[in-house]
Amino acid sequence: MKRPSLKSTYLWTHLAKDLRIEWRSKDAINSMLFFALLVVVLFSLAFDPTISVSRQIAGGILCVATLFASVTALNQAWARELRHQVLDAQRMTPAPAASLFLGKVIANFLFVSVVQLLLAPLFIMFYNLRALGQGWLLALVLPLGTWALVVNGTFFAALSIRTRNRELLLPLILFPIFIPAMLAMVQASTAILTGESDPDLWIKMLAGYDVIFTTICLLLFETILHAE
Amino acid sequence: MHGDKRMKLLRGFLILLTLGLLGYGFYQAIYVAPTEATMGDVQRIFYYHVPSAMVSFLFFFASFVGSIIYLATRRNHPSRALAADALALASAEVGVVFCTVVLITGPLWARPVWGIWWTWDARLTTTMVLWLVYVSYLLLRRFAAGPQMQTLAAVLAIFGYVDVPIVYMSTRWWRTQHPAPVIGGGDGSGLAPSMATALWWNVLAWLAWGILIMVVRYAVERRRQRVEQHAALRALESSLEVAL
Repeated sequence: MKRPSLKSTYLWTHLAKDLRIEWRSKDAINSMLFFALLVVVLFSLAFDPTISVSRQIAGGILCVATLFASVTALNQAWARELRHQVLDAQRMTPAPAASLFLGKVIANFLFVSVVQLLLAPLFIMFYNLRALGQGWLLALVLPLGTWALVVNGTFFAALSIRTRNRELLLPLILFPIFIPAMLAMVQASTAILTGESDPDLWIKMLAGYDVIFTTICLLLFETILHAE
Repeated sequence: MHGDKRMKLLRGFLILLTLGLLGYGFYQAIYVAPTEATMGDVQRIFYYHVPSAMVSFLFFFASFVGSIIYLATRRNHPSRALAADALALASAEVGVVFCTVVLITGPLWARPVWGIWWTWDARLTTTMVLWLVYVSYLLLRRFAAGPQMQTLAAVLAIFGYVDVPIVYMSTRWWRTQHPAPVIGGGDGSGLAPSMATALWWNVLAWLAWGILIMVVRYAVERRRQRVEQHAALRALESSLEVAL
């Protein structure tokens, strides 16, 4: 038996495992997709916006839909590890905790991104969207915002896994922390869709938020995992 | 026993001091400070709104420091860590109370002066998010149990504290309705001296009140920790007796 020599090997193992489980069950993607679809349809139905209004609000709705949908999946991300004491086994392995965390974050990031990609055509259809600004910048804003959501969400899901009412607790602690990233994501995508202002500052701020919170999450994940 | 008596004396002194300061602060704010030229008497809410904001930020900072000390010392000095945790909890609770006062007095003042109850301006948003973060911190403390809860709560307190400056910067770029800093805000800012006197007396008075409540809450939490440890020890001993 040869031990993996690189840190990235651990990361790859965790990531491949999560992707394989999702490939076989498709639980997370299906539930997220349907949930996000419901939010998009409900908002469109409830407000029935005109074309100019929908440019103003579409960024916010997309962001909130992603937020609500990913909470449903993130709650399951660690709960799956509780069965057969897998999480306890993870605690005892010599592999760095950060690679376990990062593997899960990347896996969830991919799931949420797939949902967004599948949702995009429907979104354009229901809200009659056509970007007046530089539309390609959305390909930068959405991944940055999704990363901010998933990195914090995965962390707080791990934090709330051993509490009572954990399903309820995750949104309660995630949403307040996520507010600045949500603001930046909404402002940036609204600026791109309406073409009225420059999204530059907001993209930079989103990137800064990602760097700061990814760093804190990686630093503190070990503390969370071994909390007793 | 001796220490207990001294603590009681100290607390009694603190109560008297706080009541005196609160009375004097009220007198200064309502009777001494001049009526503001454009806003009228409504402006007197300033002597409660601003001190509460200052004091709540101070207590949230104390909670942040307590959380860091808890995380740093929980392995090597468990008793010191427990004290730090009690400090973090007590100051977070008092901070939430002051923050609530800020969020209630703010709209009451804004409605007659700005014509609106609320706007998503930099400082209003920051205060609101701060309040949300610390309420979620208190919820987490309620939902989790045992020593792991203290670690989780300390981690969340650090996240919350890091979040606040980001919220502030982001909303500043977004829009700002709240007046620019009046105190130390550069040229053209500044309070009339009689207003400043009333303000600082009220800051002092509410700080004393906050410290008093925090000291009491801290003592209660320490006692709860001791009871818990005692119960755990008792359970351990009785299990040993059964084994024998």
